[in-house]
Amino acid sequence: MLCQQCRKRPATVQITQITDGHKVELHLCEECALKSGKLDFISDPQVSLENFLTGLLQSDINAAAGARPAGVQCQACGMTYQEFSRTGKLGCAECYRFFMDQLQPVFRRIHGNTRHHGKLPRRLEGAARARREVQELRERLRRAVEAENFEEAAALRDEIRLLEASLNQEPGKTGG
Amino acid sequence: MPGGINHAMSKWMDGSGPEADIVVSSRIRLARNLTAVPFPNRQSKEQADRVIEQVAAAVERFNRDGPMHLTVYRLRDLTPLERRVLVEKHLISPQHLQSADTGAVVVSQDETLSIMINEEDHLRLQVILSGLQLEPAWEAASRLDDALAETLDFAFREDVGYLTACPTNVGTGMRASVMTHLPALAMTNQLPRVVGAIMKLGLVVRGLYGEGTDAIGNMFQISNQITLGQSEEEIIDNLRNLTVKILQEERTAREDLLHDARYQLEDRVSRAYGLLTHARIMSSQEAMQLLSDVRLGVDLELIRPVPIGILNELLVETRPAYLQSMAGEELGPDERDRRRASLIRQRLQNRAGI
Ligand SMILES: [Zn+2]
Ligand SMILES: [Zn+2]
Repeated sequence: MLCQQCRKRPATVQITQITDGHKVELHLCEECALKSGKLDFISDPQVSLENFLTGLLQSDINAAAGARPAGVQCQACGMTYQEFSRTGKLGCAECYRFFMDQLQPVFRRIHGNTRHHGKLPRRLEGAARARREVQELRERLRRAVEAENFEEAAALRDEIRLLEASLNQEPGKTGG
Repeated sequence: MPGGINHAMSKWMDGSGPEADIVVSSRIRLARNLTAVPFPNRQSKEQADRVIEQVAAAVERFNRDGPMHLTVYRLRDLTPLERRVLVEKHLISPQHLQSADTGAVVVSQDETLSIMINEEDHLRLQVILSGLQLEPAWEAASRLDDALAETLDFAFREDVGYLTACPTNVGTGMRASVMTHLPALAMTNQLPRVVGAIMKLGLVVRGLYGEGTDAIGNMFQISNQITLGQSEEEIIDNLRNLTVKILQEERTAREDLLHDARYQLEDRVSRAYGLLTHARIMSSQEAMQLLSDVRLGVDLELIRPVPIGILNELLVETRPAYLQSMAGEELGPDERDRRRASLIRQRLQNRAGI
């Protein structure tokens, strides 16, 4: 939905106004919402967030119509990507595996990020933490090489090797 | 019926937490799903029942191993009125009412811990504490999460974290929020600026009971929107730092009001107190606004003290479903307005003479 004020930018803010006992809903972009000075009543952002999400998914699908192999579908629950982009809701945990390529840009738009940095479940903690560390070290190594800081790069490389060796010994290793 | 519906109030309302004059409550909510079952929007009734059974078994274990006691209620076993009271107490969401057939709720005695089962996700763990206490709330939620994960297999991927029905919650699955009372910022027309600043930081603001018509009484909930890419601690730090800033702005605005318009302010809060202690008909909206004024007057010592706990409790007690549940019957709007006025008079006048 486009902003009702400027009709240029997408409406991301929903404002409910009560005037003389009548409820009026306004859909504005962030800029116009700020200008209107009517921000004291932002009603249920979860709803507008979901509208925003499905809007984003729809435009995404329209833009890529034809370009995308038709009928991406979750083999576990049968959810199609088409259906997901209409409802904004995935059908099961496996949907993430089948739709990962399509979901990555969605994550980037919503969260500005595509990788989890938070809590790890206890059962995966040891190995997952080590794998996360390896990844961070690799990133530091890349930057050290870019900066031609070879001494640091060598140290980082040794550290990565050590960690990876210990990871490969771990019996309960699961694929990530 | 949950004991919590009848016993006066939840622990978070007692006003005991830090900064409780402005920050009413802090809340952490974690979304979790079971690996082997489709998400609630795609599961059968039988699967939904099995999810409830599995969670109930995990809860039983949690009760056995620790000092907290959680009780499981299926929504279909509660009356519609009892369900609406759970919404008014923030223990379940309005959306959860739509899954009354398949939904359940788990509540601790003091109502600080709760779990919605089969809402948008299989589990929504929630901790609410009084005042600004995001860290303790997160620790309690995480402990409950760990305890349940000993028997439940939560859907998780190393790359994108905890898997949720909606990609807006993926990663930490965490929504952290604070409920703040910001009357002075509202009176001095500074809310648009403050709300704008909050939104720029990727956080969200909304009114107390979520729906537009109820966003009154100067109560604002601030919460994080991003759940992927930041750790729980980072999200909480950001929210806490921002809350402290808003708190300071609210305090400054209060001082300015006292300095520039003391008589008008005294008049306003005293009138509010007078109306609340004498009116015979009181709508829900009017009550919320007047309670906000009285709260400000008490904070600034402009009127006789009323414990914050009573003001917090009145916020919930004056809601339509709660009033009816106390009356033990469904009431029409006129009858509700009379009962509301009488309840408020009693609650405040019992405090008179202090
Ligand atoms: Zn606009
Ligand atoms: Zn699926």
